[in-house]
Amino acid sequence: MLKIKNLHAGVDNKKILKGIDLEVNPGEIHAIMGPNGSGKSTLASLIAGKEDFEVTRGKIIFEGEDLDEVAPEERAHKGIFLSFQYPVEIPGVSVTNFIKTAINETRKAKGLPDMPANEMLKLLKEKAEMLEIDRKFLSRSLNEGFSGGEKKRNEIFQMAMLEPRLAVLDETDSGLDIDALRIVANGVNKLRNKDNAVIVITHYQRLLDYIVPDFVHVIHDGKIVKSGTKELALELEEKGYDWIKQEAVL
Amino acid sequence: MELKEKLIASFMAFENEVDLADPVHEIRSEALKNFEAKGFPSRKSEAWKYTSLERLQKVDFSLFPKQDNALEYKDVKKFFLHEIDTYKIVFIDGVYSSYLSETTHDGVDICLMSAALTKEMYKPIIDVYFNKVASREDSLVSLNTAFAKEGAFIYVPKNKVPRKPVEILHFSTGSETAQMLQPRNLIIAEENAELQVIERHQSLTDNEILTNSVTEIFAGRDAIVDYYKVQNDRESASLIDNTYIDQKGKSHVSVHTFSFGGKLTRNNLNFFQDGEYIDSTLKGVTLLGEKQHVDHHTLVHHQQPNCESHQDYKGIFGQRSTGVFNGKIIVDKIAQKTNAFQQNNNLLISDKASINTKPQLEIFADDVRCSHGCTIGQLDKEALFYLQARGIPKKEASALMMYAFANNVLESVRIKELKQRINKLIAKKLGVSLGFEL
Repeated sequence: MLKIKNLHAGVDNKKILKGIDLEVNPGEIHAIMGPNGSGKSTLASLIAGKEDFEVTRGKIIFEGEDLDEVAPEERAHKGIFLSFQYPVEIPGVSVTNFIKTAINETRKAKGLPDMPANEMLKLLKEKAEMLEIDRKFLSRSLNEGFSGGEKKRNEIFQMAMLEPRLAVLDETDSGLDIDALRIVANGVNKLRNKDNAVIVITHYQRLLDYIVPDFVHVIHDGKIVKSGTKELALELEEKGYDWIKQEAVL
Repeated sequence: MELKEKLIASFMAFENEVDLADPVHEIRSEALKNFEAKGFPSRKSEAWKYTSLERLQKVDFSLFPKQDNALEYKDVKKFFLHEIDTYKIVFIDGVYSSYLSETTHDGVDICLMSAALTKEMYKPIIDVYFNKVASREDSLVSLNTAFAKEGAFIYVPKNKVPRKPVEILHFSTGSETAQMLQPRNLIIAEENAELQVIERHQSLTDNEILTNSVTEIFAGRDAIVDYYKVQNDRESASLIDNTYIDQKGKSHVSVHTFSFGGKLTRNNLNFFQDGEYIDSTLKGVTLLGEKQHVDHHTLVHHQQPNCESHQDYKGIFGQRSTGVFNGKIIVDKIAQKTNAFQQNNNLLISDKASINTKPQLEIFADDVRCSHGCTIGQLDKEALFYLQARGIPKKEASALMMYAFANNVLESVRIKELKQRINKLIAKKLGVSLGFEL
């Protein structure tokens, strides 16, 4: 589904990613861990198509297509979803209207008519229940005055509504208390199937107790320095990142 | 002949059509003298530093409207808020159109300035209110006063509320020549009265139109007045709007100005608080492109204690458009416990657009809360990326963000259909269809 080959990228002559290789197949969950500043969020943004970064070498291939010239919205239409670490506040645009716009723009790109209102309503209701989101929440302005936890839950709610092929969750666990974490993780697990895939980017192992990864990769200084199964995450939790850094030096 | 000389020379012809014995005519003559002495403001004066009237003074405007221009309702329907029932005071080239209007004398007077100025029954009202809050110093206001004859007259007596909002529409057909118009409006809501007004100036021609309008609004004790100005005129039309508001204790007056078009628009909006516990609201959305120019000059004069004022102007400037915001707040020494808030935020969406913004506070009281802020920025790239990552194309995403940017100004529009109309105008101006009403 997703193939990242020898990806080098940076901003203003500063190299951030220095040769990332990653392959994600349908049905898989990959966790990407690493210390602060290692390049995790840059990788997430690049998959979603953020233009601030310059790719100097390598490529990102999604479903056989090189994404190099593909705009962020087109990537979304193809089924790539990024759950933001810091979701943006849009005063005056309700959660419902925002999601409607997102869904219908995607349908428009595929040559489909707008989703019928009753169908949209049913879907909103169903997904809101799944994530234990109150109806009143849906008419509030997008992310405006939301707590950290509400913002993250809202991200997963959007994911549930958009049903992406590949979801990249960037630090979705930060700012969540244990109950919210459980609800969010349950939501992600319910959305899993054999055709879609999830990349979980996290600093801590905690989230991986709930969203159990098939593979764990550790990024350090712009490179994947270690890959393994879920046990690797436990080892990191126990030993911290220092031993990875030392190994990387050796 | 330049415009000033032409105007002065035409005053004698004007005098043939009005009652020279009327005390109002003394006011006119005095005003003409003031205009004659001062002339048009130049960019040398601080208040006109960024807005030039020089070019307009060279245009050969016809000053007196023709009497026989008619319009079919179907041709101008779109300029009315036709979704709801309203009273309508409509002028075509400065001349009242009874055919397009719907006036009333049923408990309230919603009619014509020409009637108010000439009929005996309105004399006591004219004596009390006419030219009482408008400036006698400002040369453009004086110019309007000198030729004051026609416009809207609204009188809502104590405890009355008209059944529906009032629309004031000024159409200009200027079919043969460039045309200058000087409507004069007088709006009175007495104690505990309520009123909603929507005002629009609309040119229907490519010939040059210049409107120099003066509106006086009086809000009595506990009165509530909401005034909406829709400025979405053609590229050939310029507007100088002088609005003066006198508020008595506990009254609430709001003025929303939506500036989406026109060649040159100057809004001089002046609030005078003459009582305690008054609330004044001044809000504006400016959304410009091409070479359009809008200049907002606001004044709130806090003359009594315990009053509030809320100013919030949002500007979005594209292409080669230019904007000015000058917000003056005066708090007299006696006006303790004043709460004055002023905000002006601007987005520049083109490298060639510009905005000059200046808060101007003169505070003589010591126990007040005055806050002001102005920003000039561009669309937040991070937010754009967020919307794009949700599948919303860049153009629509930009539009959605501009909507959001202007939204808190629209929030306080109390006529739902007007709010929808404004949203549609914004969407049209931004060239997008978002598929939902905000």
